[in-house]
Amino acid sequence: MLAYIVRRLIGVVAILLGMSFVIYGLIGLMPGDPIDLMLTADPEVTSEDVARLKAVYGLDQPLTQRYLAWLGNALQGDFGFSRLYGQPAIEVLAPRLVNTLWLMGISFALALLIAIPAGVVAAMYQQSWLDHGINLLAFAAFSVPAFWLGLLLILLFAVSLDLLPAGGTEPVGGGSLLDRVRYLVLPVATLTLVTAGTFIRFTRSAVIECMRELYIRTARAKGLSFFQAVWRHALRNAMIPVATVAALQFGTLFSGALIVEAIFAYLGMGKLIFDAIMGNDYNLALVALMLATAVTLLANLAADVVYVWLDPRIDYGK
Amino acid sequence: MASSAGPAHRFLARFATHRFAIASTAALLLLAAVLLAAPLVENLMGIDPDRTDLLRRTAPPSLEHPLGTDDLGRDLLLRLLYGGRVSLSVGLGGALLAAVIGTAVGLLAGIAGGRTDAFLMRFTDGVIALPILPLLIILAAIDLSKLPLLGLSQGADSSGVGRIIAIVALFGWTTVARLVRGAVLSLQEREFVQSARALGAGPWHIVRRHLLPNVAAPITVATTLAIGNVILAESILSFLGLGIQPPTPSWGNMLTNAQELIWAAPRLAILPGLMIFFVVIAFNFLGDGLQDALDPRLVRR
Repeated sequence: MLAYIVRRLIGVVAILLGMSFVIYGLIGLMPGDPIDLMLTADPEVTSEDVARLKAVYGLDQPLTQRYLAWLGNALQGDFGFSRLYGQPAIEVLAPRLVNTLWLMGISFALALLIAIPAGVVAAMYQQSWLDHGINLLAFAAFSVPAFWLGLLLILLFAVSLDLLPAGGTEPVGGGSLLDRVRYLVLPVATLTLVTAGTFIRFTRSAVIECMRELYIRTARAKGLSFFQAVWRHALRNAMIPVATVAALQFGTLFSGALIVEAIFAYLGMGKLIFDAIMGNDYNLALVALMLATAVTLLANLAADVVYVWLDPRIDYGK
Repeated sequence: MASSAGPAHRFLARFATHRFAIASTAALLLLAAVLLAAPLVENLMGIDPDRTDLLRRTAPPSLEHPLGTDDLGRDLLLRLLYGGRVSLSVGLGGALLAAVIGTAVGLLAGIAGGRTDAFLMRFTDGVIALPILPLLIILAAIDLSKLPLLGLSQGADSSGVGRIIAIVALFGWTTVARLVRGAVLSLQEREFVQSARALGAGPWHIVRRHLLPNVAAPITVATTLAIGNVILAESILSFLGLGIQPPTPSWGNMLTNAQELIWAAPRLAILPGLMIFFVVIAFNFLGDGLQDALDPRLVRR
């Protein structure tokens, strides 16, 4: 097991290294390099100045050289300065990551809380009108464009009913805990809804799978009602794949969070990445993307490890 | 062998039991007909869908403009029709390209086996694990003309349709690759493939005559289910201003200003999103129906 985790961790580091090079190269292709930005700020810069500036910042070096220099600094914990925020990039990141993890964590938990009962009921009453209804809702949930659903919720709850704030993270000048919760309601609702659909489908098929197992027949033969057999025995075993597959959706959840943050101007990682890319803040974009990738890969690894731990029938040790 | 009806008949009979899939197929066919007729509608109305009219911005529905006008005074109905053509083309194109890439990777991994297989599958798993949307945003934001190798000029593909299809396919091929690889691994052990090989059939012949026909069904299902996701991805990128570039309309970029418009003209923020929603859910139901109908394991349920 330990050997498996170590092997996976090496894989994670390898992917991160590869990703960092690819993203570093791609960011160099974005319109407007740092020198261009200085040019727009000062019309009296001459072409000799440009050449000198490029030499000073090492921009005349080939891509691999520049990348290795960046990597060397990064390994020492120096991820450069953020252009937009005028702070070390890593310092901008930390509070944003916390905000995003709140958004994602609450939405993930709520989505499971909705999806598990719904999925079990759909599985128990297969092909009934109840199953069809739940299925229809699940399909609607993962087919709806998240940003549009967010807009509809704003239209309904912020514009028409004027109940909740249309966007932001907290009131100007900070607010009480209740205020912060009010700002979380619509983003969380949006992310929960678009996530729950997939989870309902997972739960339904996992429970159906378990209901065919012999131990359910045994439980029924011993006199348990259908209801008891499903909730006590099938559900427990179905939860293992459901929890794993759900945790493996971390990357999708993060993409969803990015959209939701952009719509609701919620100050999280997703919005930070988007603003950094749009605002030519290369250092920040790079480190934020790397962090998002690292967190996603580690979440997937954790899901796999917990899966093995929960289900002794699986053995990755070989 | 004893089955009285052919496989096509059985497929149709099973597909017909999926009511949502039937309704979706009908709705998609109707939509396709309407979208194909967009130039006819344009001629009939005598309006240019790209012509702006700043004096008649966000006008309510009228005889001249059945759905009213958008924030630049363009006819909303025509924009929806032409935008639908773009969004659907991107969805179909992206899903097909992804299926082609995925099939190629899956076939290569399954047939070559060994280290090639291990490397390709590790790579596939790596791509699956990535947070995709931020990467899509970067790829959509970069300036390809900065790459001297490609020799692209700035003006080529100014609407961005080709680029979006390529970007989306870059991440969409993984499902098909895994599916094809798995199928090839198990098919290669089957007698009909082994006997073909024993009779001297080359690898290309086996791929074409034995492997591809047998993986066609799962590929079709996966591709159909991918169309919806591609349309969603296009709509997100276009909504963020990075996808299809105006004046070419797409359902996604019609929503770019929706955040301001929901206060002034909610209709403009609601209708394009509703179209995306309906089309995506229809493709997902269609894919689900195909899956049920093509998967023989589900017959005895």
